[in-house]
Amino acid sequence: MEAAEIKNSVLAVPTQDGVVYQDAEIQIQETGWSDGFHDHHHGDKYQSGFISTYIFSTDHKMISKQFLVTGIIWAIIGAGMSIIFRLQLGFPEANLSWLRPLLGKWIVVNAETGIGKLDTEFYYSLVTMHGTIIVFFVLTAGLSGTFSNLLIPLQLGARDMASGFLNMLSYWFFFLSGIVMFYSLFLSTGPFSGGWTAYPPLSALPEASDGSGAGMTLWIVSLVLFVVSVLLGGMNYITTVLNLRTKGMTLWRMPLTIWAFLVTAILALLSFPVLASAFFLLMFDRGLGTSFYLSDIFIGGKALDHVGGSPILYQHLFWFLGHPEVYIIILPAMGIVSEVLSVHARKPIFGYRAMIYSILAIGFLAFIVWAHHMFMSGVNPFISNFFVLFTLIIAVPSAVKVFNWIATIYGGNFRFNSASLFGIGFVSMFISGGLTGIFLGNSAIDIRLHDTYFVVAHFHIVMGIAAFFGMFAGIYHWYPKMYQRFMNETLGQIHFWGTFIGAYAIFWPMHYIGLAGVPRRYYSFDTFDAFRHFSGTNEFITVSAIVVFALQILFVINFFWSIWKGRPQTTKNPWDANTLEWTTEIHPGHGNWGDKLPIVNRWAYDYGKDGIDYIPQIIPAREGEETDH
Amino acid sequence: MTTLLVLGTVLLLIVVSTQIGKISELTAKIRGEESVQSDRNNSNAILGLFFLVGFLIFCFGTAAYYYKYMLGYGIEYASSGARKIQGLFNWTLFFTGIVFVLTHIALFWFAYKYKGEKGRKVLFMPHDNRLEVIWTAIPAVVMCGLVISGLWVWNDVMKDVGETENVLEIEATGYQFGWTMRYPGADNALGTKYFRNITPGVNDIGVDFNDVKSQDDIILAGSEEIVIPKNKKIRVRITAKDVLHNFYLAHFSTKMDAIPGLPTYFVFTPIMTTEEYRQSLKNNPAYQEPMDPSEPTGPKRWEAFNYELACSRLCGKGHFSMRRVVKVVNQDEYDKWAAAQKPFFTENIEGKVEAGKYSWYKGEAPKTATPQEFSATSLEASKAGDVLDLNHVFFATGSSTLTPESTKELDLIVEALNKNPKMTVEVSGHTDNVGDKAKNQILSQERAKAVEAYVEKKGIDTKRIESIGFGDTKPIGDNSTDAGKQLNRRIEFKILTK
Repeated sequence: MEAAEIKNSVLAVPTQDGVVYQDAEIQIQETGWSDGFHDHHHGDKYQSGFISTYIFSTDHKMISKQFLVTGIIWAIIGAGMSIIFRLQLGFPEANLSWLRPLLGKWIVVNAETGIGKLDTEFYYSLVTMHGTIIVFFVLTAGLSGTFSNLLIPLQLGARDMASGFLNMLSYWFFFLSGIVMFYSLFLSTGPFSGGWTAYPPLSALPEASDGSGAGMTLWIVSLVLFVVSVLLGGMNYITTVLNLRTKGMTLWRMPLTIWAFLVTAILALLSFPVLASAFFLLMFDRGLGTSFYLSDIFIGGKALDHVGGSPILYQHLFWFLGHPEVYIIILPAMGIVSEVLSVHARKPIFGYRAMIYSILAIGFLAFIVWAHHMFMSGVNPFISNFFVLFTLIIAVPSAVKVFNWIATIYGGNFRFNSASLFGIGFVSMFISGGLTGIFLGNSAIDIRLHDTYFVVAHFHIVMGIAAFFGMFAGIYHWYPKMYQRFMNETLGQIHFWGTFIGAYAIFWPMHYIGLAGVPRRYYSFDTFDAFRHFSGTNEFITVSAIVVFALQILFVINFFWSIWKGRPQTTKNPWDANTLEWTTEIHPGHGNWGDKLPIVNRWAYDYGKDGIDYIPQIIPAREGEETDH
Repeated sequence: MTTLLVLGTVLLLIVVSTQIGKISELTAKIRGEESVQSDRNNSNAILGLFFLVGFLIFCFGTAAYYYKYMLGYGIEYASSGARKIQGLFNWTLFFTGIVFVLTHIALFWFAYKYKGEKGRKVLFMPHDNRLEVIWTAIPAVVMCGLVISGLWVWNDVMKDVGETENVLEIEATGYQFGWTMRYPGADNALGTKYFRNITPGVNDIGVDFNDVKSQDDIILAGSEEIVIPKNKKIRVRITAKDVLHNFYLAHFSTKMDAIPGLPTYFVFTPIMTTEEYRQSLKNNPAYQEPMDPSEPTGPKRWEAFNYELACSRLCGKGHFSMRRVVKVVNQDEYDKWAAAQKPFFTENIEGKVEAGKYSWYKGEAPKTATPQEFSATSLEASKAGDVLDLNHVFFATGSSTLTPESTKELDLIVEALNKNPKMTVEVSGHTDNVGDKAKNQILSQERAKAVEAYVEKKGIDTKRIESIGFGDTKPIGDNSTDAGKQLNRRIEFKILTK
């Protein structure tokens, strides 16, 4: 067979005599099944105008792009905020007057010296907004929203989501939620400043801080809208996965991405309503004079009427979401990395079923560990015994996943590119951040480390950086599917190595600062003799953060430049992958496939089997061939 | 100007990166995607190895550098509880360290060894049950060990004090943005407080001064040093006035939320005085620079070291400034300090605040602590300040002659006094309001004396027992009913010291 011909072909079809290369379209025409989709929709004016194509689109591919681009914009805002408060921590003496055009009155200029300083309260607003934005808008909506939308229909052989309309609503609720949050940045009293966990009474009492006034009201409204968005999306994902799989796509043949999205959506569906109820009760306490969370408070010169509530109740409700939330963030990244590593290692994912069982185990355990955030919150120390046990059990499925990823690389033929590099980076970050979780999950050690910089280092590495790496791996890998072009490789690799090294430079030293006892959420360390040893370290961290931020700008430039100018995708299956999304047209239209839908005949990971590089899922099994593992 | 500069930089970045992009695309086109990919595999695989080596050196190097700063390593913990955690911490570090190093070596080494090469045959290995069982079982066993030892330490460190334990209970009240500390005073018991009693500037934490236990309490406001004795179990009762705070003593590993309306506690035993701790830092290289950078010849860090109380629960914009110095001293020094402190009540309330103006100070004779039922057990468990009501000590009507059945309870008291040589008590007589007030007063006095005489007869030094008569001035029941009168006719027995 001619080399050129092989290159343009898509599928390697193993026959008794060897391998025959064939276009996916022909294969699907031969073996696919017709669902009458295009007859039914014949003459539709669907997606004919600008607004129905780009704005109020019900097409999952467009909605996925909307989630991604919105997520990127929020990521720039959220990360930019961290740079500003890192300036305060790294260079507390510096003159920040030059930020006045951007921040206005939040830079307080000393009339005598002319030195501008970040306003204390606004520092806490930035910290709060940074957390809220990155956790919810970027790593929940931007990550899960993007890839669940893109991949669930495409990898399952579905025409679209179960309900395109709800899917569209899901995005627009997210958008609205973002607008409300963004608006709160411009309040004269400032955005909410009580931390992303919003513990009452601080969050409940406008007397307690400026940000707890209108800023908090908007914060709650925004997040309630966000919960609606997540629920609409989640219902859709679950329904689609359970009902719209193509013929032959059993649950045990689904790619690990889909398993991860499914469990993520279930977690979200079960936990986000609890968050919403926590917020409703908080709203009642704020506005209607109820006392769910408040009792025995003397503030602003008077004793409040609230009696009988408990602030700990809020913490229980919040963390009942809050803990599953970290898995809502990390599971999609895990699924993406499993897929990306397997494809680029040219080797089946090691322990496919063990990977699924560990996802399920993590998903289940996610619901019974929430109080490990509350060891030092005044709950009965006896209760902590159970939460320590369940928390540390999570290390087992997590360890299985790590070992399986490494075993996937072992013995492969590893193709390095931006996507697979971020996959490796993810595994490294997940190891580093996961292991420090074993310290924190043990309540006795948590007495020392709770709310210190050790915690900051831990969760940024394991659910911040790791999840971002999963997201980057996914973006580089599926960029051709979204935009029919490739992102630039050289820039991608600069992006990876810079971010990888830079992220460790930022967060690794924080472990030591935490072990020295320095608490988090401090505007300045000067007050305390014990905490002000680390000005050099803090400078180093800030400089690293600025460099890493600049590299993300590079990524953003690469992203948008490639949409129009990137190397065009010329073959349908550029990564030689097995999954169904690479069997569509290069630019899949509405309905994703032509008249016929592909039929699935095997699991998603037949790479390197019997000496054949890859065998896509739509290739029928040969006689006696094992098609499931 | 700065805006222009920033915009210019961003613009430059865009231009440079798009140019790099264009050039790399072009070379790829010229050289062919396959050969470029092969280069990529080689260079990135080698970069990975460099990263691995550099990263491990970085990890161990920084650990060595920061050793001198880290609590539990370069600097000691100063409480017995915190030190109990150290073993667990070290074991966790040991296991996680091994996993960290080995998995990272495997990750980057395999990626290097199995980098993409034309014609490399791939190992088709979808799973391997034996391997998977092994790497599920080993973490499970290690985790079990860590859970068991962790819970062992946790339940030990977090244990509350026993009823009869000899502890110093102090109270910390967090507010925006500072701490108010309260000491129990001579009776070693903290009085009650209530948030509605708070009167800014007069009674900042809302102590109820009608409670006799409150009247000797010492309150340290503002910035006064918190003094605690070494080797004594300290139970901090932690409360908050407005929002959540957290009572955090880094060097004692003491951390607990302060919650309005829900008192919490933390128990710890300091085992190094401030002075001893300074000596322990003497040779620490991190503590050799001057404490105040603007004063290079001033005391060095270790010489000026102080334990510090901090807040570790975000509580508003002043969160980072809730500092209080904590001073640990030897017991005798502490006793001297405590004796020199004036009770808040006598200094600031009595005679200075109009009685009856506030509900928390009516100015009436102090309510005695509610008497407890007398029994062998309550006697055993009693501590200084407790009041026990003797139920079975009877006198013939109108006289001060003890009836024979009274001796049973009194003998128990004698036994307790013999067992606790430091114990001193007060016996008080009370009557109902029937009859002449003066006569009642005398009668109650005589009855108390009769008890004292009985105890003395049994060989107890009279210095250890005080008798006093209150007549009908301290009723505990309603004198208009017979049951109430019955309650009021009584002998009370108060433990002064134990």
